[in-house]
Amino acid sequence: MQTFDLEAQGLRALNQALHNLKDANTNETAWEVVNPKGSHAIAVGVDAPIDITVRGSTGYYCAGMNKQATIRVKGSAGPGVAENMMSGTVIIDGDASQYAGATGRGGLLVIKGNASSRCGISMKGIDIVVHGNIGHMSCFMAQSGNILVLGDAGDALGDSLYEAHLFVRGTVKSLGTDCIEKEMRPEHLAIIADLLKRGEAEHLAKPSDFKRYGSARKLYTFNIDNASSY
Amino acid sequence: MSDFPHTPPKQSWTYSNDVNAEIRRAAATGIYDIRGGGSKRKLPHFDDLLFLGASISRYPLEGYREKCATDVWLGTRYAKKPIHLDIPVTIAGMSFGALSGPAKEALGRGASAAGTSTTTGDGGMTEEERGHSKSLVYQYLPSRYGMNPDDLRRADAIEVVVGQGAKPGGGGMLLGQKISDRVAKMRNLPKGIDQRSACRHPDWTGPDDLEIKIMEIREITDWEKPIYVKIGGARPYYDTALAVKAGADVVVLDGMQGGTAATQDVFIENVGMPILACIPLAVKALQDLGMHRKVQLIVSGGIRTGADVAKAMALGADAVAIGTAALIALGDNDPKWESEYNKLGTTAGAYDDWHEGKDPAGITTQDPELFNRFDPILGGRRLKNYLKVMTLEAQTIARACGKNHLHNLEPEDLCALTIEGAAMAGVPLAGTNWIPGRNGF
Repeated sequence: MQTFDLEAQGLRALNQALHNLKDANTNETAWEVVNPKGSHAIAVGVDAPIDITVRGSTGYYCAGMNKQATIRVKGSAGPGVAENMMSGTVIIDGDASQYAGATGRGGLLVIKGNASSRCGISMKGIDIVVHGNIGHMSCFMAQSGNILVLGDAGDALGDSLYEAHLFVRGTVKSLGTDCIEKEMRPEHLAIIADLLKRGEAEHLAKPSDFKRYGSARKLYTFNIDNASSY
Repeated sequence: MSDFPHTPPKQSWTYSNDVNAEIRRAAATGIYDIRGGGSKRKLPHFDDLLFLGASISRYPLEGYREKCATDVWLGTRYAKKPIHLDIPVTIAGMSFGALSGPAKEALGRGASAAGTSTTTGDGGMTEEERGHSKSLVYQYLPSRYGMNPDDLRRADAIEVVVGQGAKPGGGGMLLGQKISDRVAKMRNLPKGIDQRSACRHPDWTGPDDLEIKIMEIREITDWEKPIYVKIGGARPYYDTALAVKAGADVVVLDGMQGGTAATQDVFIENVGMPILACIPLAVKALQDLGMHRKVQLIVSGGIRTGADVAKAMALGADAVAIGTAALIALGDNDPKWESEYNKLGTTAGAYDDWHEGKDPAGITTQDPELFNRFDPILGGRRLKNYLKVMTLEAQTIARACGKNHLHNLEPEDLCALTIEGAAMAGVPLAGTNWIPGRNGF
């Protein structure tokens, strides 16, 4: 286990050390970051199959653009956690602030607490599992990927949605423009079962608890008769 | 018919034929006009400025003998690897999607041969452009289409796009006609649907967030890459100051003549300011912060000639960017396609329905039949020639003003032909010492 004291050694040294592991075929696969103290941009741009545990809460953009790594935050995460993630896994033990998983293109983001507004905004292939609730405007313009919410969703879920799959167990305060409830078919139940397993939530819910939401696809091509929707 | 004299038919200035035609079009279709390009109005511009040239008080440099340097460093504030360009005329961001693959390749070929950079645009980085651009600026846009850390790292600079001159405060729309399989794949969206580009970034709002976002990008790229911030010409003083505060290495300022692939005509023509009005305010912001020349300023929007380059630099810019002019150099709106423009209901020089993907010149299209008409090697050569000519023209003027580097041009080398131009540029009206707005007048 490599232990890195962020307060003592600094952010630049941490990220450089992690970047140096790309293609390094290293045995240093277990990393621990102590004293994060809400710092921004912790473990961003990592591209190696390593495990990183951050012992405390993080500021903006923790695990941004992650590839391959498994990054676990033993605290809460600030805005934009795992933004534009490409692959790998990011697990937040606490809550996540705004824009969690924004524009993510792959990998898995698990938030064991609640996520704030705009969770999964513009997501492009990432899978997101939230054990608690998500805030308003979540999955705005979400393009692809899956989000599984064990709690409730706030206002305007899935506004201007493209092809992402949204699964919510609790209530949805309101659906955004062009987002509708859709039929749950066996293939969707299989996706949920997989997300529950990978999202460390099998003990908390079962696939049949969820409802599916998706795009009505009415705004895919501009039509003047839909102008009042914009 | 009586011999009694009649008042001849009189067209209304307010309700001109153009205005009436647009009212009829709106009434018939129920949708606003969408088009490409920048503002087509007659705006105060570099044409309103003149150089004074050397005289007894200043001596000129010999045109064909004495050196007038043109190079520029970009990104010297924080980046470990700033960019060094031979000429201060760069190629502005234009997306793959809006442009064809061969057109992007031609931009890369031409710019590299002339010693300057190209910029990706809102569709991700293509191999055509990366492969042929010695210096490639990778745009970081609200849509994040195709965004990934590998491309960030193989870029030579990163441009965080906040706005553009054609539509400050607006996002974009690539209509379904241009969403081929390849474009769709790069953007993670279904083929053939309209693709919206958001007007705001998804994971930051405001200057304090921007500072953190820039820091994150620097961390991901190990502080190697220059980071530009691109703004539309709306509030250039404050936007420039805030970009500097947020940690930009370079500010890119785009006036309302700057083009777009597709936006509402009402937006293009009624939002934003001409570049002439923007440059002095941005320069003032840099000077007030003590950052002029430390944070470089690239300006764009209506740059057509070496004279425009020289005037922009005399007002304090470090470099310029061209988009529309580069497309024309490649062959866009060339009269040789006139019969095909006519079939589309337009004429060479006026063709701006780039979003429809039917470009006869094969540049703003994803239709293989059309883009295969376009030769990227020839296109690249034409762009190189044009860039060289612009540079020679700018040098000619700079030498006449006694300057051995384009960066040594200064506002004192200029006067204005119009009161508007004098007020916006902050230089005297020709033949006077009057700068409107200065000293209370």
